[in-house]
Amino acid sequence: MMRVRVRYFASFREATGIDDEWVDTDAKNLRALFDEAMARHAGLDHEPAALVAVNDCMADWDARVGEGDEVLFFPPVAGG
Amino acid sequence: MSFSITDGPIDAGALRALVQDPHCGACVVFEGWVRNHNEGREVLGLEYEVYEPLAVSEGLRILAEARHRFGLSGVACVHRTGRLGLGEVAVVVVAAAAHRDEAFRACRYVIDEVKRRLPIWKKEHYRDGEARWVNCRHCVAADSEGLAAS
Repeated sequence: MMRVRVRYFASFREATGIDDEWVDTDAKNLRALFDEAMARHAGLDHEPAALVAVNDCMADWDARVGEGDEVLFFPPVAGG
Repeated sequence: MSFSITDGPIDAGALRALVQDPHCGACVVFEGWVRNHNEGREVLGLEYEVYEPLAVSEGLRILAEARHRFGLSGVACVHRTGRLGLGEVAVVVVAAAAHRDEAFRACRYVIDEVKRRLPIWKKEHYRDGEARWVNCRHCVAADSEGLAAS
């Protein structure tokens, strides 16, 4: 079991109703960690264009999760 | 090379001065403005949310890529955060090069990558009182079912 901090932005924050949470997880990668978040938050849903970052670096959804990581879930971006 | 996020008006002239260089014969400036319509709906204003630590580091990476690819002399970008009214400048990109072709291509590259990669989100506020996050598939679905928060 690892303990990680998960942060939600924009529409994901509105869907979960929270900015962040600490979670205990066995998720094998970031995709699985997001699936667990969906199970906890009924309003959260898959977004094909969503991005993910770990410890302020952009990451791949297949990347592993590490103890103490700060995982950032980004809904589809729309700058400019 | 400069990339920043601001909650105040962007001074495009100051940004242009940053990249001024006697070796350059061309400077292309792109300004993104808040327009009054999107996908058939009347827009009253926008609200940007930015995750600044990563927006700045990834923004600088985009500028470095543009400089390397197009042999630019200078390149800079500023993006707004917070609430913006119609006609306000949301983003400015300046790219300076020896010749215009590189400057045009680099400027286009930077704005396209900024829109595609940076953790920046845009919420549109409509005349009918609704507000919606742009590009959010789930939000669009919620809207069409009449579930969106007003």
